[in-house]
Amino acid sequence: MAHAPAVAHGGGHTTSTGTENRKLLMWIFLGSECLFFGSLIATYLVFKHQVIERGIGPFPVDVTIDGVSHHGILDIPLTSTSTFVLLMSSVTMVLAVYGAQHARMKMMKLGLLATMVLGLTFLGFQVYEFRTFGHEGLNLTTNLFGATFFVLTGFHGTHVGVGVLYLGSMLAASFRRNGLGRDTGAHVEIAGLYWHFVDIVWIVIFTVLYLIP
Amino acid sequence: MATVAGTLAQPTHTGVWSWITTVDHKRIGVLYGVSGFSFFLWGGLLALLMRTQLAVPNGTVIESDRFSQLFTMHALTMIFLAIMPMGAGFFNYMIPLMIGARDVAFPRLNALSYWTFLGGASILSLSFFFEAPGGGWFNYAPLSERPYSDGSGIDFYVVGLLTLGLSSLMAALNFAVTIINLRAPGMTMMRMPVFVWMTFVISVLLILALPPLTVGLIQLLFDRQFGTHFFIATEGGDPLLWQHIFWVFGHPEVYILILPAMGIVSEVLPTFSRKPLFGYPAVVFSGIAIAVLSWVVWSHHMFTTGMGSVPRAVFAVNTMIIGVPTGIKVFNWLATLYGGSIRFTTAMYFAVAFIATFTIGGISGVMHASPPVDSQHQDTYFVVAHLHYVLFGGAIMGIFAGIYYWFPKMTGRFLSEALGRWHFWLLFIGMNMTFFPMHFLGIAGMPRRIYTYDDGLDWGFWNMFATIGSYVIAVSLLIFLVNFFRSVRQEPTAEANPWNAPTLEWGTSSPPPEHDFDAIYTVRARDPLWYDRDHGIAPPEVTGEHIHMPPPSYYPILIAIGITLLGVGALSHLAVSALGGVIAYYGVWGWALEPTD
Amino acid sequence: MYDAAPFAAAAPRRLTVGVADGTGTGGWDWRASVAARVGTVAGAWEGTGVRARVAAPRRTPGRPRIRALRRGLVPLALVVLAVALLGCDAPMSTSEIEGSWNKEVWKPYWVIIWLAGIVFVAIMAATIVLSLMYRERPGREARQIHGNTKFEVVWTIIPVVIVLVMMVPTLDSLFKLDEEPPADALKVEVIGHQWWFEFRYPELDIVTANELHIPEGRVVDYALRSVDVIHSFWVPQLAGKVDMVPGRDNRMAFSALNARPEPYLGQCVEFCGTSHANMRFRVFVHTAEDFERWAREQAAPRVSSVSRTAEEAFLAAPCLGCHTVRGTNAAGIAGPNLTHVGSRTTIGSGMLENTPAELRRWIANSSAVKPGSKMPPMAQSAGGTLTDEQIDVIIGYLQSLK
Ligand code: HEA
Ligand code: HEA
Ligand code: HEC
Ligand code: CUA
Ligand SMILES: [Cu+2]
Repeated sequence: MAHAPAVAHGGGHTTSTGTENRKLLMWIFLGSECLFFGSLIATYLVFKHQVIERGIGPFPVDVTIDGVSHHGILDIPLTSTSTFVLLMSSVTMVLAVYGAQHARMKMMKLGLLATMVLGLTFLGFQVYEFRTFGHEGLNLTTNLFGATFFVLTGFHGTHVGVGVLYLGSMLAASFRRNGLGRDTGAHVEIAGLYWHFVDIVWIVIFTVLYLIP
Repeated sequence: MATVAGTLAQPTHTGVWSWITTVDHKRIGVLYGVSGFSFFLWGGLLALLMRTQLAVPNGTVIESDRFSQLFTMHALTMIFLAIMPMGAGFFNYMIPLMIGARDVAFPRLNALSYWTFLGGASILSLSFFFEAPGGGWFNYAPLSERPYSDGSGIDFYVVGLLTLGLSSLMAALNFAVTIINLRAPGMTMMRMPVFVWMTFVISVLLILALPPLTVGLIQLLFDRQFGTHFFIATEGGDPLLWQHIFWVFGHPEVYILILPAMGIVSEVLPTFSRKPLFGYPAVVFSGIAIAVLSWVVWSHHMFTTGMGSVPRAVFAVNTMIIGVPTGIKVFNWLATLYGGSIRFTTAMYFAVAFIATFTIGGISGVMHASPPVDSQHQDTYFVVAHLHYVLFGGAIMGIFAGIYYWFPKMTGRFLSEALGRWHFWLLFIGMNMTFFPMHFLGIAGMPRRIYTYDDGLDWGFWNMFATIGSYVIAVSLLIFLVNFFRSVRQEPTAEANPWNAPTLEWGTSSPPPEHDFDAIYTVRARDPLWYDRDHGIAPPEVTGEHIHMPPPSYYPILIAIGITLLGVGALSHLAVSALGGVIAYYGVWGWALEPTD
Repeated sequence: MYDAAPFAAAAPRRLTVGVADGTGTGGWDWRASVAARVGTVAGAWEGTGVRARVAAPRRTPGRPRIRALRRGLVPLALVVLAVALLGCDAPMSTSEIEGSWNKEVWKPYWVIIWLAGIVFVAIMAATIVLSLMYRERPGREARQIHGNTKFEVVWTIIPVVIVLVMMVPTLDSLFKLDEEPPADALKVEVIGHQWWFEFRYPELDIVTANELHIPEGRVVDYALRSVDVIHSFWVPQLAGKVDMVPGRDNRMAFSALNARPEPYLGQCVEFCGTSHANMRFRVFVHTAEDFERWAREQAAPRVSSVSRTAEEAFLAAPCLGCHTVRGTNAAGIAGPNLTHVGSRTTIGSGMLENTPAELRRWIANSSAVKPGSKMPPMAQSAGGTLTDEQIDVIIGYLQSLK
């Protein structure tokens, strides 16, 4: 195993494994996040059939109960669009990281800005979706589909929001005289890890909630 | 207080402000340790009240709802505010020293963990001024739901635990990274002291176990505040979902509580037997095996909820299997004594007693792993006996071993061995008097969590006996306090390695300088100091180069205040939350822009 | 081991309880209790003949300290065992086997207790012996052993074997306890309320509360439910506990082995709020004929001999909003069914004896007896609407509902 010299001062420069401390921190943190979203998704799966059994709508997908057919509330085309938007934000994030690592500050700033805009667009879709569902009679308390749906997607949305704030703060800081400082590349890369994670989680949520009947 | 704490870490800067802004892992360790121990006394005091009420049948000291609050807060205090922070205290103080580093990977994050812990602990404990939670520490739904617990007690529980969870998560991330990344040259994973290994395992357990708890708490919060029905059966929810979520966290949690003690004992036994730990790889790998298995046993807390026989069979088998790696550890500790030249210091007394008392708790654990047997144990005092043997006889014994062992390192002073002997024997006798009879009470059918019981059920005698025992424990703890305060007032006399111990923390002065080591060790063996001694290798040369240490920072406490206010807002007014959010965000900015070089 | 006499003397155990009025600690004399215990321990000690054997000289090789230890250990273990057994004749002792379920439990239990005892003695002995043997003394050097693979294998196998031996009877009993009850099993629904038990016999048309009556030897198939929070159903001498979880239909089936006049004591053992400690019940096990008779009486509507004026007084009071008396228009379901309340030995889930004086205490202000009780105070003195005279009439009526 690792034999590298490790004379670490506070922040730590050389490390036993060669991976930078902050990056390692982010990776492990994301491991924790997996269990967070895993538990929320598990709750959704536990209650998935429960709404249909109890017959209290609105329902996620088209169902027929006692001969009456009910319209599914989930709008797959709309959400596919917002999913696509979020996917694109990962691309712009990659550009930002590339810019940061190759000292192309303009590219980095543009990348960050674009990622934020796409993230906000995604949030906009989500707000729209939540409101529409509200009008159609689905809110947190209507039934367990409502509860699990809003809590799960709501917490994902919160993560996107935190991400936007994170990138925004970084963008703002990058306009200071010495920008993000010596470690610009690492800073943006770590933010990128977070952003990609949030993105991948959405793919999972989208698949579980919207695509799997 | 400031003077005591001051003696403990030998600060180069003094005063309250220097403690508030400190990012030194040793001082944070002391803060954790002192807070944890204070909460231990407080939690014990709550237990004494319970024992007083239960001493005789139909006791009238404490009324029903207050009693529920007592056992709830007793357990929460002991688990989250005493044992976990005392463990964290040792991690903080010792891990960088034991791996030969100058600090943890993220000193400011470390401070943030502590202050967030203090915030969460305040929320939980101050609930006594409003309404303390009274649903038991695992707080089963639907009793914890609005229709059955209308007051604010459960909300304090939820918000307090969420805050404490955040603090533990940050600490765990920090220690995982520290142990992976900051080891001294030559300190391979398989040369790390067992205590470091156990800290690493605990960090991983925390990182994975806290999120399910967080989700469960959030769902309960939503049920109570926003009208969802995750755990309300009449609206389609499932009360057992809470139990699953809680115990998925809860069982790994109990190993989070015991593994630090196991790590400490694995350091103390070799030092005072004057021989290396027997079967180091076996001890390390069984620690890992316990951690892995802890994920597949949670339903043994739910054997009586009406689960099918097949899942019960699976969980029973998994649970019993945990006895195997734990047994391996016990046997290796015993084998460490074998052939030794044992010096019975107080630390050693506690470590050896740990083996005995923890094993008793482990055995009763394996007994309830059998579902038919558990149908007669569950929710009786037999379980209370089990949990105190593993928690008190295990975790607390181990922690006291650690206190006596590392006290000279932390303070440069010794605790009195004579008083230590009194402390040990009274504690040992008291704890067995208190908790052993609970086995009999359990078999005699006494349910737990009852504030009163009838005469004529034959429970009176052993209850009185246990109550007397708990007062014996209290006396022993007073002796410890005397010992502690006497010692910290003395002149420092401890040299660097007074016990002639093998691990790196003893390779620097007692107490260590702010930068821990004047020169970084190169590790050549599992017991580096013994190896160097036996091979005539001199300590590393001091080069005299400037050692840079991170400057103090007040942003950690600022952010922690923000986080705490965020929580308090959920209990009072959302405006408070908003204020907290703003403070926390401002703190993060300051933190990010603050120069650390 | 069951000794009926002291039980009978103590019979309705809550009589002197005085939970709220501070008459407090009852008559428990702990000094007497201690004396009794010490006597029993001494007896147990004497009975084992340990002393005689210990005193006999034995040829034990080895160091004196160890020899002394070996001498000490056997009696020590026996004392621990004797002391442990003292818990057994308690009225709620799990080690009294009076039901088929508990009988099944004790099959693995004995195996496990023995194994646990062996591990306990072995580890304690090893800890003490090793600590004493290898204490530092002049000239002793610690042997620098790092480990030994053979030993590791051995002490991995030992616990594996122990675990396997525990598993076999465990799984056997586990699946046996879950077997379907026979078709002729008596069906009983047990419904948990904060803080009392409702018992329904769907086939016999009986609804009662806090006192369960079952026939000896016949399997009873229990359906366990709850209307509010989680409770649990536990009669330690008859069976282990099973939870009553809202939204779930838990089942358990067992038979009581012996009919006897004194009830078996049961208690809710899942924390359920303020009066969890007071959520108790009794199980009366009858011979088949006695049970038939009891069932016939209970299935009948209210007894015809009741005084009509008293009944009118009862029906005019707020009681009917929560209680049912069959044959009248009292049909409330929030509280226990009172159709045959006069035939119960206790009220308030075993808190009070069913006498006029205790009924008065209960009806006047039940939460003064049972903290948190969901039955509001009825007496004017306690904020209710009924005068003492009215309550007297109602008590007379309730007592006549045999
Ligand atoms: C430090 C904390 C800690 C530890 C380490 C353990 C360890 C174990 N626990 Fe315990 N447990 C608790 C804390 C802990 N527990 C708490 C707090 C509760 C109650 C929660 C509540 O309801 O409030 C609880 C409850 C609890 C239950 C539920 C009881 C019930 O509510 O009905 C069960 C059931 O299986 C159980 C089992 C075990 C087992 C098998 C182990 C094993 O890990 C023990 C292994 C150790 C040994 C076996 C001893 C050494 C081994 C040998 C010498 C080898 C040879 C021996 C054999 C093979 C038998 N525990
Ligand atoms: C780490 C865990 C831990 C520790 C150390 C303890 C320690 C003790 N516990 Fe605890 N206990 C639990 C964890 C713990 N407990 C848990 C998890 C539960 C389950 C709760 C639930 O059901 O939800 C429980 C439940 C529990 C019950 C059952 C309650 C019930 O079910 O009704 C009882 C009853 O006797 C009890 C007693 C004690 C006693 C007497 C001690 C003693 O060892 C305490 C010793 C400490 C002292 C005696 C303090 C001394 C104080 C001083 C000397 C004051 C001096 C102060 C100054 C001078 C400032 N505990
Ligand atoms: C608001 C509902 C309510 C009203 C009104 C009410 N009760 Fe009750 N009663 C209960 C409940 C609930 C219990 C069970 C309490 C417990 O044991 O915890 C109970 C228990 C009892 C019992 C004990 C039954 C048993 O088997 O243990 C008696 C007797 C009784 N009530 C009589 C009365 C009389 C007489 C009145 C009217 C004067 C009355 N109750 C009015 C709710 C009510
Ligand atoms: Cu019902 Cu406890
Ligand atoms: Cu467990």
